[in-house]
Amino acid sequence: MRARVNLPRTARAGEVVTVKTLVAHPMETGYARDVQGTVIPRHIITDFTCTYAGREVFRAAFRPAVAANPFLEFHLRATVSGPVAFRWRTDRGEETTLERTLEVT
Amino acid sequence: MTALLVLVLVAPLSGSEFLNPETRALQDDPFENPGYLWVDRGAALWSETGCARCHALSDVVASGFPRYDETSAALIDLSGRVNRCRSLDAAPAWDHDDEPLLALTAFLLNRERGAAIEPVADSRAEQFREAGEAFFRQRRGQLDLACAHCHDALAGMRLRGERISQGHTNGFPTYRLLWGTLASTHRMFRWCNEAVRSEPFPVGSPEYVNLEYYLRHRGRGLRIETPAIRR
Repeated sequence: MRARVNLPRTARAGEVVTVKTLVAHPMETGYARDVQGTVIPRHIITDFTCTYAGREVFRAAFRPAVAANPFLEFHLRATVSGPVAFRWRTDRGEETTLERTLEVT
Repeated sequence: MTALLVLVLVAPLSGSEFLNPETRALQDDPFENPGYLWVDRGAALWSETGCARCHALSDVVASGFPRYDETSAALIDLSGRVNRCRSLDAAPAWDHDDEPLLALTAFLLNRERGAAIEPVADSRAEQFREAGEAFFRQRRGQLDLACAHCHDALAGMRLRGERISQGHTNGFPTYRLLWGTLASTHRMFRWCNEAVRSEPFPVGSPEYVNLEYYLRHRGRGLRIETPAIRR
């Protein structure tokens, strides 16, 4: 899974910053069939988490109805400088992680 | 609406002019636009696959394809050109809609985003442009429709829930929301051909390369928008 995240590098203490994430994934529902009529097995991202300075600040559960290449936008309040880590996990146990650093000034 | 119809008659209009505002906003945001997932990957592939061994990125004019090719005495499109390089490396050819090829072509065309389409002038390519135009005007399929019927005569009108675009290629490879993936011009041609209930041609076929070349002339002056978003 290729992923992109967008958040500011620096923020003032107490500022609310916008975080955007995008991940490449087909999000196969398990209901579609290929040209031969065979069911394409379900293959979806099931959960996403974001931790900030070691603490979980955002979590999302994905269902089969979520479109391919899921995009998420959420907010967090900048308190301390530290790593912001993102993790996507699929129903097959695949995992993609990304990390950015948010510096609080 | 009237103003748009008048415009349609005088100048080529990009497909993005026919989008609803939400889709347009998605295309214009370089982060939210999912097409950039492919652009990023293409940038990595450019060095990984060794393109940089022979080609300086600054010399590549991806928007000048399809163009006349002396080796085959026919037109060659960007995907065909990439595959020729792969054959020199004895690497298997990619299909037009294989992920790495979409990524590479999206990366190369994205670098020219904002540039105007200007087909490479070549008298030897003239016959192929004519063949492409003939294809565009040829009725086909059970619905007995030519590309021109909708994309010239009825552009701006509605077809079920959507507006009919002029059918230009300046945003390709395009992220199609319906497919949830990036798609080549040839995949779109196939889809259109099937929609009028005709037998589509294979991707990479001379018929489609000629059509693509004609469409570059037809859309001359439009700005490159790769990766565009289309419904």
